[in-house]
Amino acid sequence: MSKFSKKKKGLPAVNTAALPDIVFMLLFFFMVTTTMRETDLKIAPPKLPNASEVKKLEHKSLVSTIYVGKAKSQDLSKYGSGDKIQLNDKIASVKDIASFIYSEQEKHNPEEIPYMTTSLKADVKCNVGTIHDIRTELREINALKISYSTRKGSLEANTQ
Amino acid sequence: MARRENAEINAGSMADIAFLLLIFFLVTTTMDVDSGISRKLSEKPPIDYEPPVIKMKNILEININRNDALLVEDKEMSIEDIKQTALDFLDNGGGIGKTVDGVPGGPCTYCNGKKSEDSSDHPNKAIISVQSDRGTSYGMYISVQNELLSAYTELRNRYARTQISGKYAGRSYEDLLLLDAKDNDELKAVIREIKDAYPQIISDAEPTK
Repeated sequence: MSKFSKKKKGLPAVNTAALPDIVFMLLFFFMVTTTMRETDLKIAPPKLPNASEVKKLEHKSLVSTIYVGKAKSQDLSKYGSGDKIQLNDKIASVKDIASFIYSEQEKHNPEEIPYMTTSLKADVKCNVGTIHDIRTELREINALKISYSTRKGSLEANTQ
Repeated sequence: MARRENAEINAGSMADIAFLLLIFFLVTTTMDVDSGISRKLSEKPPIDYEPPVIKMKNILEININRNDALLVEDKEMSIEDIKQTALDFLDNGGGIGKTVDGVPGGPCTYCNGKKSEDSSDHPNKAIISVQSDRGTSYGMYISVQNELLSAYTELRNRYARTQISGKYAGRSYEDLLLLDAKDNDELKAVIREIKDAYPQIISDAEPTK
């Protein structure tokens, strides 16, 4: 009988030696599939319009982003209620777009410049007037490729 | 002399370090893919540029007012009907096309339209002009652009399925775009041909104040 009573009681500890490997695997997965958040939004996060005919923007490094939307609710007294344009990390005016695009172009080789795209992340509720001003400014400095950033979805949400 | 046994390094906190890194990356990165409606703006015209005379029947005029209501060729319309109107207009083929590379254009052989006298002559002459108000909402503007683009895509799909022969016959335009066109001159030529058959000519007029 002593043969059986010698057996230890209780569960053996779970071997966690492989846990770091699993977590590292997850880590690498996220490092590869995601991109760094490059700018802090100074305006209220724009609600992008929906569209079905969307094209993916390739070559992320060749894309410069312009955000358009309303000021954050706590900044309303500072900036007013109109459409605000954010370039890099600050709220700017239409006149600053030219220098913003030029500084973006300077980061690239001259032969890449014609392929550079400007992505407009604008809120559904902002005015076409603002968009048109930006477009005129871009045309003025020959940055002709633009992309209206949209989500995939039904059009009904655009006009509500 | 008894050798001291090598003490094992305690790797218990390795998982904690890895978790910390993982959480850092989860917080600082985003996963959204940037996608959108791509457009190419027209180049700035030279100062002494004289705009060419375009027949009224080759222009489809779309107006969006500040209340997001649509006016197409002076008739009120809802957003759902825009696509069909654009299709009818682009695919009409009532006359002869424009001269390309010195070759005078003939009538549109692949159009399925009514060939009406009052609508566009040829897809490569048909211009869609969108005029919005400064107060129009961006959402509405994008909706209209989207409907117009989907009309073009439908026509290009049809052209690709019926007119293309050879290796890429029977495929839709959207399928062809998904293929890798890099270093593939044949595919590039096919896509070029489809694009030239129904070129996207959407112009944004100066918005009304």
